[in-house]
Amino acid sequence: MSVTTFSQALQIDPAPFVRRDDKGSARLELAVRGMRCAGCMAKIERGIGALPGVEEARVNLSTAKLNVKWRDGRLTAQRILNAVNELGFEAFPYDPGAMVRQDDDEGRFLLRCLAVAGFAASNVMFLSICVWAGLDGEMGAGTRSMFHWLSGLIAIPAALYAGRPFFRSAFASLAQRRANMDVPISLGIFLALGLSVAEALQGGRYAYFDAAVSLPFLLLIGRYLDHLLRRKARGAAFDLAAMQTVTATRIGADGVTQSVSAGDIIPGERLLVATGERLAVDSRVESGTGDVDVSVVTGESAPVSVGPGSALKAGSLNLGGALHVRATARVQDSLVADLARLFEAGQQNRGRYVRLADRAAALYVPLVHGTALAVFVGGLVFGLSAQAALTNAIALLIITCPCALGLAVPAVQIVATSRLFRAGLLVKSGDALERLAEADCVVFDKTGTLTYGRPSLINGGDIAPADLAMAALLARASRHPLSRALIGAVGSGPVADQVREIAGEGLEATVDGQIVRLGRASFVGATPTQRGQISELWLRVGEHPARLFLFEDRLRSDAAATVTQLRQRGLTVEMLSGDLETPAAHAAQGSGIDAWYSANDPKQKVAHLEALRLAGHKTLMVGDGLNDAAALSLAHVSLSPGTAVEASQSAADMILQGDTLSPLIEAIDVARAAHRLVLQNFGFAIVYNLIAVPLAAFGLVTPLIAAIAMPASSMFVMLNALRLTKKGT
Amino acid sequence: MDAFLVMTVAAIVLGAIGVLLFFWTLKSGQYDDMDGAAQRILMDDEDDLPGR
Repeated sequence: MSVTTFSQALQIDPAPFVRRDDKGSARLELAVRGMRCAGCMAKIERGIGALPGVEEARVNLSTAKLNVKWRDGRLTAQRILNAVNELGFEAFPYDPGAMVRQDDDEGRFLLRCLAVAGFAASNVMFLSICVWAGLDGEMGAGTRSMFHWLSGLIAIPAALYAGRPFFRSAFASLAQRRANMDVPISLGIFLALGLSVAEALQGGRYAYFDAAVSLPFLLLIGRYLDHLLRRKARGAAFDLAAMQTVTATRIGADGVTQSVSAGDIIPGERLLVATGERLAVDSRVESGTGDVDVSVVTGESAPVSVGPGSALKAGSLNLGGALHVRATARVQDSLVADLARLFEAGQQNRGRYVRLADRAAALYVPLVHGTALAVFVGGLVFGLSAQAALTNAIALLIITCPCALGLAVPAVQIVATSRLFRAGLLVKSGDALERLAEADCVVFDKTGTLTYGRPSLINGGDIAPADLAMAALLARASRHPLSRALIGAVGSGPVADQVREIAGEGLEATVDGQIVRLGRASFVGATPTQRGQISELWLRVGEHPARLFLFEDRLRSDAAATVTQLRQRGLTVEMLSGDLETPAAHAAQGSGIDAWYSANDPKQKVAHLEALRLAGHKTLMVGDGLNDAAALSLAHVSLSPGTAVEASQSAADMILQGDTLSPLIEAIDVARAAHRLVLQNFGFAIVYNLIAVPLAAFGLVTPLIAAIAMPASSMFVMLNALRLTKKGT
Repeated sequence: MDAFLVMTVAAIVLGAIGVLLFFWTLKSGQYDDMDGAAQRILMDDEDDLPGR
């Protein structure tokens, strides 16, 4: 609904976002939308680099950021922002205060471990193959012992270095008296090293040094994929939030206006809210009258008239002339004050979901360790020496180490999320996909979700082209939502000279000697029609009769098709709107939804979702407004359009980019396919262990067998995950 | 046997140098913008025209 359009982007004053260093340089980071290729990058870097005083302009395509460094004083931040916009891209100032350090320390750490493990695994393997080849042939015991020690020299430090991510996590988990998957992994690495050292000391035949390094190598691949996935999702979600960072115009005691960050507003301060500006905090109107769009706050699509004394909620959009308001709350108290409680309750509910991988770990750890113990005790009972029984038990722990299990989930999820990312859907966490695959019921919000959330011209066909062109001449000079809707219908073209905008009334200009007026009925001297949900504009050219333009928030073009496809996939579809009955009924009919509810406040929405949950449904909630945020966080899985308010985007599991709903269908298909593949991978891991465990128990697992079996199972799982890229599109 | 020892040690040392070089590339931020790096080779460098 809050389509952060070109015009709104221009209204954010970037000055508060500039960072300065003591060498006289200023830095600004801008998020840039619309960059796609080398041409775009070159255009921006050269265009901004050519501005006077710019020392450096560098684009990062992966994160869609532009970093500009310039001599302070020679250039204003606003000028840079405008320059990017003039080049044809949308730029938004990026709040460095709210920004978590983007430097990916964790990722670099994992990559370093991965590099060391890979290096050690290849070199130790090269030594090990010599040992295996010469085991019963020409290699003497002395040479073999030397090879074992050489392997140990590489493997011991490398395994201790590369195993750190697992050791840390295992230790943290044990400190909480639980055992996660990293406990058997760490144990496996240490036991493999210990057994190998003992073997080398005795000049024995079997050392597992190669297993001790290839184990962390394979597992680190899965760990790094998992990390990439989370980082990408978190970064993108964070960008969306940072782009919505709001500034406000404060009126000082001396009457001077100043642009400030929304977080700095104190209750009692006077603010100026310009036409088309969104209110940053809850306030009360002091002077000025006009219409306000409250759809983000309540879901109501028709504008509300306000005047002095009216209370306004944060998120309301001023459609009329400039309003002087007095802040009544801070930004953190404004946004979702009474929604906050519901919001938290929802998040706790979400916390109850146990990820598939964790469920597997909970079964795996006691089972494997129990079996290893049984093998040791059983070996003793059946008359093996203590050393032989211990060797068998350790071999079992090494070969069952959850390589395939560790890769089974992240490999599938990264393939699935990157495919959805290309389709225009941002998945914020891997388990969101798992939950989406389970969903059996979809609940849509109306305004801004099933509809575009902005007005568009509906009677364009009845209006003479000459009148349309005349109206557009005036409308092109204005930023009013209805003017922009009109331009959206007519297209770009010339602008009339000297268009006067009378706030809250309309536009006026002189064209070919005639006075032309475009605005509300009273402004052009026409009789207003009572149409409720439909906004109107009137045009009068000279003394000719006035012409009427009607605007309405239309359904998204693929709303009905999406609902049909959802039904085909066995999901029930409902609509839950905060809007009044008539427009809600209209939207439900248009999109083919039978079960719909109107005039729901946030609490009712939450209650409805809770009722669905108690009835055993797993609900997918799709919504965008502040009034949906609590419901989004309560639903089993949730999705927001990219135009949604920040609170909703942070509550949702997935974010749609673009103007269509159809990526939702692909998301459900991919999530279900991913679920199948994960289960297949688990199934494979079980079969692998069913074969490996008896072999190890009877002492048949040699280092050679372990070296073939472990990477082979990991490869199989990864190749299986890659099948997801090919399906369908 | 001597030749073998020399070769083994040389192989490991060379490999280790490779790992250290990788650490250096990682630290200097060469993996921070993988998509951008793929596109940058397609940019025409107007500054590098011959005769300048």
